[in-house]
Amino acid sequence: MSRIEGVLKTLKGQGRKALIPYITAGDPHPDVTVDLMHTLVEAGADIIELGVPFSDPMADGPVIQLACERALKHGTSLRQVLAMVKTFRETDAKTPVVLMGYLNPMEAMGYEAFADAAVDAGVDGILTVDLPPEEADDVAPLFTQRKLDAIFLLAPTTTDDRIRAISEHSSGYVYYVSFKGVTGAARINVDEVASKVAHIHEMTALPVGVGFGIRDAETAAAVGRVSDGVIVGSVLVDTIARNQADTAELKRALTDLLHPMREALDSLAS
Amino acid sequence: MSVKLTEEMLSALPDARGHFGAFGGRFVSETLMDSLMTLEKEYLQLKQDPEFQAKFDKDLADYVGRPSPLYFAERLTRETGGAQIWLKREDLNHTGAHKVNNTIGQALLAAFLGKKRIIAETGAGQHGVATATVCARLGLECHVFMGAEDVQRQSLNVFRMKLLGAEVHAVQSGTRTLKDAMNEAMRDWVTNVDDTFYIIGTVAGPHPYPMLVRDFQSVIGRELRSQALEKTGKLPDALVACVGGGSNAIGMFHPFLADENVELYGVEAGGLGIATGQHAAPLCAGRPGVLHGNRTYLMEDENGQIAGTHSVSAGLDYPGVGPEHSWLKDIGRAHYVSVTDDEALDGFRKLTRVEGIMPALETAHAVAYGVKLAAEMDKDQMLVINISGRGDKDIHTIANLDGIEI
Repeated sequence: MSRIEGVLKTLKGQGRKALIPYITAGDPHPDVTVDLMHTLVEAGADIIELGVPFSDPMADGPVIQLACERALKHGTSLRQVLAMVKTFRETDAKTPVVLMGYLNPMEAMGYEAFADAAVDAGVDGILTVDLPPEEADDVAPLFTQRKLDAIFLLAPTTTDDRIRAISEHSSGYVYYVSFKGVTGAARINVDEVASKVAHIHEMTALPVGVGFGIRDAETAAAVGRVSDGVIVGSVLVDTIARNQADTAELKRALTDLLHPMREALDSLAS
Repeated sequence: MSVKLTEEMLSALPDARGHFGAFGGRFVSETLMDSLMTLEKEYLQLKQDPEFQAKFDKDLADYVGRPSPLYFAERLTRETGGAQIWLKREDLNHTGAHKVNNTIGQALLAAFLGKKRIIAETGAGQHGVATATVCARLGLECHVFMGAEDVQRQSLNVFRMKLLGAEVHAVQSGTRTLKDAMNEAMRDWVTNVDDTFYIIGTVAGPHPYPMLVRDFQSVIGRELRSQALEKTGKLPDALVACVGGGSNAIGMFHPFLADENVELYGVEAGGLGIATGQHAAPLCAGRPGVLHGNRTYLMEDENGQIAGTHSVSAGLDYPGVGPEHSWLKDIGRAHYVSVTDDEALDGFRKLTRVEGIMPALETAHAVAYGVKLAAEMDKDQMLVINISGRGDKDIHTIANLDGIEI
């Protein structure tokens, strides 16, 4: 059983929902990323989605675009991101780490070399925004052979046929994008999410994490009620942007944001 | 290394997943997949629909002014002293460039799909103007995304778009040029996917765009073929076109791909020189990667981050290129070369002074290389340069370089 599967199974057994924060690696500086990852865990994270910065983040809104620019200004490369995970693993063997990003940095490194290095670093899952399963024939087997979970996106526009096909290609969990738009927009409609996620649950046994538009305890609880976990990104990244200068203050601010979400999610436990 | 292409091979490309060999495809976030698949399905049906084709042809004739002339550049030929130089005059199209061939086609598609809101990216502004034009004609809401740097250097076209009723969004992110405009257009599309049609201006982007833009632009090569046969009794020996994303080049080349005696030359922007790294020539100096929905040759650093580009011409200032060009390069069917900013400016001046035709700075790259190539060819050979756009929009840039304020 993969680390992701194990964590989600345990949570399910406890009637709890997963809290999955996202931060961009190398933002505000490569030296603090590992520290921030530990902070996220202490504040209640079950799984970490670690963003690999890319020069052209087409699916991201301004908040994560700027995070990528900050990280790239310090030269944060995919190899460095893998090294960060490796360091994180030295003191945390239990929290799954999912790398989230765009295809080209992986292609530039070479898929096989990347997959080997990811396993070596202790990465658990790979989520590539611009890689639908149709284009993943060569890549996905490299991940599955190495027991890396391949996590694919589902969207409000995804047809039933595709929900089935994508779920078959996925492991760990599927990531449901809560609205049509880019990250950081405030367009979430909880009723729509509830009905679509219920529909997805009918078609796959995989846990469904929901991301995009979750910004506080209230939205986390509302979405947690209808899914298996929530992914929280832009609001955290925005907090990083506001507190770049002072790491201690930044860690406090991230904790202050995540704690209420954790509590709100746990209050749903039956 | 060159492969003999047959009509049969060509009609099978791209394949069902939008691949040209190792290139192309559909690398987008899930939200857009359904729209792209619907667009592909509808387009493949309409392509066979005589009514749709008749409408397209009629618009090209009556609104764009096609066919565009094939003109023998007698004085330029004499001065060059080599092959006969002919010019395919896409600059004479309505709106002044080849771009309108495609926007006419895609606007018809949008109408068939019932979409009322149009978005487009633009570099030099020619595609933006061509999109704003068809939107004005059809009464569609039009939003054009343009890098903030390009808004500056192509201010004339920005004003034209505004006069035509389009909203021009200056994109401040990234390198503030064409690639960032395309990122922003994609972000708008993913947000407004229900009511919005994205008119991509070049043969790049996710499948089916490289295919459908190629099909709409292929009118250039089809006309050229029959004009050449009519005027000279033979096919040309060489075709030359500039390549940014590569839509005018594919439009010119595609109907000749199976004619192995017709040599094809795509001219990329060499900027300050390939060796300086300050250029926009992915086919000459890049490597395959994935950007903007397709796998193609890209300019990138060793970590897979997209590199900044430089060209005096905004329309060529793009780190990628259409996937079909990448395929043509790899199979050796087309040659891809580059000329520098300075050579392109010389080409601009030469065509202006010798033939009285002021080309766009993008086109000037093809002119510069075409003249160079013609000089090495025999006098009984025939070379055709695609004059993809006219140069009025670049007058400010040229004046600035000459230290003149207009």
